[in-house]
Amino acid sequence: MLSPRALILRAPGTNCDHETAHAFERAGAISRRVHVRAFAQKPALADDFQILCIPGGFSYGDDIASGRIFALELKMRLGDALKKFRDKGGLLLGICNGFQVLLQTGLLLGDPATGAARAALAHNNSGQFIDRWVRLQAMPGKCLFLQGIESSFDLPIAHGEGRFVARSAADLAMLDAAGQLVLRYAADARGVSTNPNGAAADVAGACDETGRVFGLMPHPERFIDATQHPAWNGRLDGAAAGAGLAIFANAVKTVS
Amino acid sequence: MLWEVDVHLLDPDADHAARAVVAGAAELGIAGCTKSRTAAGWLIEGEISRADVERLATALLTDPVTESFTLAEVPDGQLLAGPHDLPTVLHVLPRAGVTDPAAQSAQEAMALLGLRPTAVRSVRKYWLPTLEKADAERLAWKLLASEAIHDVVIGPLPLKTLAGGRPWTFAQHAVRLEGLDDQSLVQLSREKCLALTPRELHAVRDHFRMVGRDPFEIELETIAQTWSEHCCHKTLGSPVDHVGPAGSCRYDNLLKETVFAATQKIRESLGAKDWCVSVFRDNSGVVRFDGDHDICVKVETHNHPSAIEPYGGAATGLGGVIRDVLGTGLGAKPIANLDVFCVGPPDTPAADLPPGVIHPRRLLSGVVAGVRDYGNRMGIPTIAGAVAFDPGYTCNPLVFCGTVGIMPRHSADAAVRPGDLVVVAGGRTGRDGIHGATFSSVELSSASESQSGGSVQIGHAIHEKTLTDFVLEAARQRLFHAITDCGAGGLSSAVGEMGAQLGATVDLEAVPLKYDGLSATEVWISEAQERMVLAVAPADWEKLAKVAADEGVEASAIGTFTGTGKLVLRWEGRTAGELDCHFLHEGRPKQRLKSRHVPPAVQPTAWTTGNVVVEKDLAAAVVAVLGLHDVASKEWIIRQYDHEVQGCSVVKPLLGPGAGPADGTVIRGVLGRDRGIVIGVGLRNRLGWLDPYQMAAGAIVEAMANAIAAGADPGRIALLDNFCWGDTRREDSLGTLVEACRGCHDMAVAFAAPFVSGKDSLNNVFAWTDPSGRQHEISIPPTLLATALGQVEDVRRTVTPDLKQSGNRLAIVGLSRDDLAGSQLALTGRVQGGRVPAVDVAACRNVFAAVAAAQRAGLLAACHDCSDGGLAAGVAEMAIGGCLGARIELALVPSELRDANSAPEGDLAIAFCETPGRFLCEVPTAQADRFAALLNGVAWGWIGAVTGGECLEIVTTGGPSASLPVDRLARAWRQDRKEL
Repeated sequence: MLSPRALILRAPGTNCDHETAHAFERAGAISRRVHVRAFAQKPALADDFQILCIPGGFSYGDDIASGRIFALELKMRLGDALKKFRDKGGLLLGICNGFQVLLQTGLLLGDPATGAARAALAHNNSGQFIDRWVRLQAMPGKCLFLQGIESSFDLPIAHGEGRFVARSAADLAMLDAAGQLVLRYAADARGVSTNPNGAAADVAGACDETGRVFGLMPHPERFIDATQHPAWNGRLDGAAAGAGLAIFANAVKTVS
Repeated sequence: MLWEVDVHLLDPDADHAARAVVAGAAELGIAGCTKSRTAAGWLIEGEISRADVERLATALLTDPVTESFTLAEVPDGQLLAGPHDLPTVLHVLPRAGVTDPAAQSAQEAMALLGLRPTAVRSVRKYWLPTLEKADAERLAWKLLASEAIHDVVIGPLPLKTLAGGRPWTFAQHAVRLEGLDDQSLVQLSREKCLALTPRELHAVRDHFRMVGRDPFEIELETIAQTWSEHCCHKTLGSPVDHVGPAGSCRYDNLLKETVFAATQKIRESLGAKDWCVSVFRDNSGVVRFDGDHDICVKVETHNHPSAIEPYGGAATGLGGVIRDVLGTGLGAKPIANLDVFCVGPPDTPAADLPPGVIHPRRLLSGVVAGVRDYGNRMGIPTIAGAVAFDPGYTCNPLVFCGTVGIMPRHSADAAVRPGDLVVVAGGRTGRDGIHGATFSSVELSSASESQSGGSVQIGHAIHEKTLTDFVLEAARQRLFHAITDCGAGGLSSAVGEMGAQLGATVDLEAVPLKYDGLSATEVWISEAQERMVLAVAPADWEKLAKVAADEGVEASAIGTFTGTGKLVLRWEGRTAGELDCHFLHEGRPKQRLKSRHVPPAVQPTAWTTGNVVVEKDLAAAVVAVLGLHDVASKEWIIRQYDHEVQGCSVVKPLLGPGAGPADGTVIRGVLGRDRGIVIGVGLRNRLGWLDPYQMAAGAIVEAMANAIAAGADPGRIALLDNFCWGDTRREDSLGTLVEACRGCHDMAVAFAAPFVSGKDSLNNVFAWTDPSGRQHEISIPPTLLATALGQVEDVRRTVTPDLKQSGNRLAIVGLSRDDLAGSQLALTGRVQGGRVPAVDVAACRNVFAAVAAAQRAGLLAACHDCSDGGLAAGVAEMAIGGCLGARIELALVPSELRDANSAPEGDLAIAFCETPGRFLCEVPTAQADRFAALLNGVAWGWIGAVTGGECLEIVTTGGPSASLPVDRLARAWRQDRKEL
């Protein structure tokens, strides 16, 4: 059987494209990094892929706000292509900046009636960019990327704008009830919350109604090897996989 | 029409900028500023309807979930309306001509909506309570704005247009040197910011006498840039007659005969096993890595610009060194950054600062933010660094930025060919940073902040990111013959260097500009950021242009490398200047310098501890030393940097369950492969005044020890030097520099660790006149930053300092000596004077070899080098990282000083001396015998064990012990900051 193909969509300022492509390859996919300019010139490119991932970085410098310009570009130039890709069964993953982009395009958590965003990723409550590791708990539900990930696990976060905010309390409750808030910051071994940014309901990641579109602030591609963990040395087998690999493996398994 | 859109946060609690204003005002003692609101404003100019601006605001500028906006034409009163109790409106905006990255991105994005404004500028708006005008201004300038780059407007914006200048009309300015006496030449040099000496100007005059005319301004500027200290190691490359403690010696070229010579000797002795590839000739030093890659490294300083505008100075310092790596050979991929700052103590009273000096706290947060915003946006992990605090750096802070790169083998050599096009790619050229190269070669003064604002560049990281993507793709397709970055001196030095042999003709009007009005000279010497110059065969130009377009990068062919040996500058076909390349690069008159170093007398060790209870004072000293600024956790800085992007990090700067400190940090060279790169840095600035030779030697040993502790092979460590000195025109100051160069030479040879690159920053002197009219001058301490670039065969065999397992044994390797001068313990006030910690080369070499052998044999569970704060701080850091206790006995530490000092001082000395070349090792009991067998001939000892308890217990020689809970140590080390 042919290996699934993952399109790693980059824009000026995207900077996690190589390691994200690498993570998909480790999970058994063939990855290709594609610049948004090339994609906009030829939207039919999407037909060759089963997975489309918007990786982390600072698209367009995060100028104005993180993910804003990239999201606008996708809406104006590739809105239809992306919807078509999703509707015919493709998987869409947004990591960090990619999550910020997906929310602002309305492809993820958009209002079903108007298409408007029902949630945003605002500045961290510390007001600062922060790189640290967090403890996460998945509640997989329909989310195809998180299937079988029952116990809590560690991943790093690295962002300045990652505080999940819903448009209203009602929106938050509705999304929660619909089982779309599938990844949450959990407490560490000492029982201290690792929510790094003040996210509402400890939301670290969310999926759409189909479970095929998933966005998260933590970086699973930064924990595909045990050696990427800050406390691996002397505690984990250096040759073992990291917890993040399962997310890519799930995607690959789904479309295989 | 000039529109303004102000974007407001819906949730006032999320207004961090407002909170910072209130806190900052309180700190500045501005009463009544207890509340604030802020907004991000956009000035948008063009023939655009209100409806279209509204579309921009809705679709692009505002997040409907979290923000709202107001919109009006400037200066409509609506734009000032805020909460009734905040009537003062303060605007901070970039000055005309200063790079405004956010506005550039916004303007480009507006095209997505089919709207093309003629100009966009960003503005930060602050609503404040009623304030005295003086208070509002103080708040603005001390907290929110930088004089070098911002305008501050209180009340309505008086702008009618954002339009820039008019096109420049060609004109030539000859500068008459004939008939000027030396005093007039000095004045001319100062007025034009040339940093040329009368002797050098004589050479220029004599040369143009032969040419038969006066030099044009553009020619004089080109010479000044090329001959600047910044560009050509003017001082370090000089002939020097030196008198020092080791006798007198004569150098024809100081750098060549010390640092370079060491590398030469090592390479010769390695013979066929030489692993250096390209040293001291390219933009960075290149060494062999694996079968198909070389790695390269460069560390730069950006001291003067950072002193004036910390954020922009540090950001562009990092941007510059990244381009150095990108511009090495046929292009290298930047894979790691490091940063080291030397600043004044954060608790310096504001009243003690000379005029024009930025407070160390604001300076440090500014440089950290600059590195953060540039490095994070570039997607290059910032994995290593240090911060040193000393009053000597208050007026002249040091900002070191380094980058490591990787490149395919056999791509380190590059050569321009005649007929190649001169291509400039990346950002557009503006008036940014004019005279940066010559400015960094003159000393700072109180007036610098206002005089030299034009010398400060503002970075636009995303332009550099796209430029990097473009260069690496063009390199992959082999579309250029040579590449270099546009750094200090701008095009003049980039094109000048690349065409040093061949010569070049450049059409300056073809250089894309940010705005009209730049003269040919300004275009030529502008230090606008994010530009690279490439030599491209005409046949490859179209392909290269396509790669550039695909990545969204502007690339322009602006001339040709000719082969005539002449540098010809043209403007619309007319000759603006013509220089002989040989004169430009070889014509600088060298002057034989004199230097002298008389070592200061050694002060005897004097204890001021009095009658204390030894174990109590020991405990207090451990807590005190951990909290000292040099030693304390830099977590608040490290966590602002993305140190994990690119996915290759293996030994991170913060480690273990307790997030303790690392020594060397390690990354994989290539994703998915196991060979690793190790970075260590060393800085012994506290010894600079006492013994510059040992300062340099100690820094090198510290950098190497960092790398070796993490697992680096001692036989594969490359070194970098960064000399930062005071006024080396003085014999004594040059004398300390010569001593440091000798130290570098001797250490490199002794450890077979070649220097592969380096940089110097001289004249770090600050001059000012106090209110009583007295002149002051303050110099930085002689400072060498040593950087070690090590390699490890398999990253899975690296070792970190955090304690791993209770029951494991603890050993110290290396002899502790009576050498407390410059120690952290001295900073706690317990001791004065003492001997300078000196490197015992033979012993140190054996220690390195033994520790590396233990690493290779897999005998170590943890390893930490003893540096600032000595053994006590080292063990405490290991305990903090591992969240485990330990018990050590000072009586078991191999030491020459137990006999020299009686308790309690002897115990303090053993616990805190900073003798270089010592390691703490955690060894599983089962490996203890094998470990011991490897340490034959080395001074070492078992000193205790890891305990399951929650305390660090240090047993004094007299018996009683100091017991400290690990969480108490962690709190002290974090200076009571919350763990992030």
